[in-house]
Amino acid sequence: MNSIVIGVIGADVHAVGNRIIEFTLTREGYNVVNVGVLSSQEDFINAAIETSARLILVSSLYGHGELDCRGMREKCNEAGLDDILLYVGGNIVVGKQDFAEVEKRFKNMGFNRVYPPGVTIDDVLETIKADLGEN
Amino acid sequence: MRSYLLVDFGSTFTKLTAVDLDKMDIIATSKAVTTVETNIIEGYELALSRLYKILGTIIKFEKIVACSSAAGGLKMAAIGLVESLTTEAAARVCLGAGAKVELVLSHNINNREVQSILDKKIDIILLAGGANGGNKECVIHNAKQLAKSDIKAPIIFAGNKDAQDEIEEILSSAKKDFYICENVMPRLNVLNIESAKNKIKEIFVKNIIEAKGIKKVEKIIDRVVLPTPNAVLMAAELLSKGFDDEPGLGDLMIADVGGATTDIYSMANGFPKQANAILSGLEEPFAKRTVEGDLGMRYSALGILHQMNPSEIAHWKKHGIDMVSETNKRFNHIDLIPETDFDFAVEDILSAKCIDAAMSRHVGTLKDVYTPLGMMYYQVGKDLTATNYFIGTGGAVISSKKPVTMLKHATQMESKAMELRPVNPKFLLDKDYILSAMGLLSLDYPEIALKIMKKRIVEIKGE
Repeated sequence: MNSIVIGVIGADVHAVGNRIIEFTLTREGYNVVNVGVLSSQEDFINAAIETSARLILVSSLYGHGELDCRGMREKCNEAGLDDILLYVGGNIVVGKQDFAEVEKRFKNMGFNRVYPPGVTIDDVLETIKADLGEN
Repeated sequence: MRSYLLVDFGSTFTKLTAVDLDKMDIIATSKAVTTVETNIIEGYELALSRLYKILGTIIKFEKIVACSSAAGGLKMAAIGLVESLTTEAAARVCLGAGAKVELVLSHNINNREVQSILDKKIDIILLAGGANGGNKECVIHNAKQLAKSDIKAPIIFAGNKDAQDEIEEILSSAKKDFYICENVMPRLNVLNIESAKNKIKEIFVKNIIEAKGIKKVEKIIDRVVLPTPNAVLMAAELLSKGFDDEPGLGDLMIADVGGATTDIYSMANGFPKQANAILSGLEEPFAKRTVEGDLGMRYSALGILHQMNPSEIAHWKKHGIDMVSETNKRFNHIDLIPETDFDFAVEDILSAKCIDAAMSRHVGTLKDVYTPLGMMYYQVGKDLTATNYFIGTGGAVISSKKPVTMLKHATQMESKAMELRPVNPKFLLDKDYILSAMGLLSLDYPEIALKIMKKRIVEIKGE
């Protein structure tokens, strides 16, 4: 069973989407490790080390996602998680910005998949399976 | 008269407590220097003759049980993966079993770290790492490191269950003395203490006391059953929770200031007391024990000096106390017994400092975070603000003329507002040093042990 670490990063307390993601991924047969709301990069990374997770799925809804996610890939590398997949989704930047630009910025920060507002976890399931080599 | 004799083989003293089960009270206590280097029975028999002298008669005890922290106590190494997760979980298990955690190692251990296990003469190794279903490479690497070493100490594996079979094979083919337990952190942030803790106690009784020359006392007493700190934990938990019709005291804390260490115990869930605090990090045990090896009145007196800033040292100097020489004096003369008012005053200051610093490390803390919903707090550790009772024990506290003033240093203060210390507890004094004895008695007679503690551990008011 593949482990996936999920959680809401930074000073963000939005808990509902986090529950839905946990529910859906559990239903799909994953070992979901939920670090919950108000989580730091270290919380995600430490959880991934102990559980040998192959994917960290970061949620952010309050607009500060870019600040909160900066340096996460470098920390993963330091922690020996060189091959871990990083996804981020939600309302990850402030205001109405061109999403192609936003996606580029996050990809430059080392995120493998970047999702705009309105994308649900169900929309992403096929991508997760493909990225984890399950298809 | 039915009577029990409880024995505590301490590092310095062998302490005896005689209990009359019918009267439900302590009838006499005595002590003598522990003689584990020669023959542990000698010190015990001397203490026993003193006890008979106090009683004025020789009595036949229904049962004699003992706990021990003699010959260096129970020295353990806790090995985990991530410092704040399985490593911390492993260390908490050791502390909960009454051990001294001499080594804390994480991630892949190297040859030097393996050598340090040998150098420090570790009694038991607790090997953890990985949640169930999670990382197993690290524990397997660490098991291989232990397997190829000269280590003879028992090894308890309490890590990722997926690695169990492989580790069993590695350790058994290397002919190591090993035991398999449940994972100390089966899921992220979930602490599972019992299985590994019970195994530690079992190995202590079965092997360690024998190796340390303590077991031969079992020729004349019934048995040595626990490491001393574990007996104290049992007593504290009983005193907090109560038993059957006899109510407990609720949330309580204990400070035990010794010559080498300062131990803090808390019996409380410690969940957040305020609505805007969010609990984070590894789960905390209800019965929590922390041990500060750098804070003690004699062997560790120099550590107290490190806790004082230059302004504090200057302040005491102005009042005629040279803290540098006072701490050095105690470190160099571990048998120093305070005699003058000046000595007692210095002991009080040092002891208060030990309790204050140890409290900082025991209690949970708040960290503020500004969110769109306003100010919130992360709570890491236990919220102990609502502690009902704070009990002082240990030589320096018991013999102090102002124990309340001393204990008050560890309660909530403005300068440490983010530390979740007891706010307004009642202060109690374990003046006869009975906690470990009552922990032992509680194995057979919990209700009597509880009644005695409630009678003998008395409230003290401010001076």
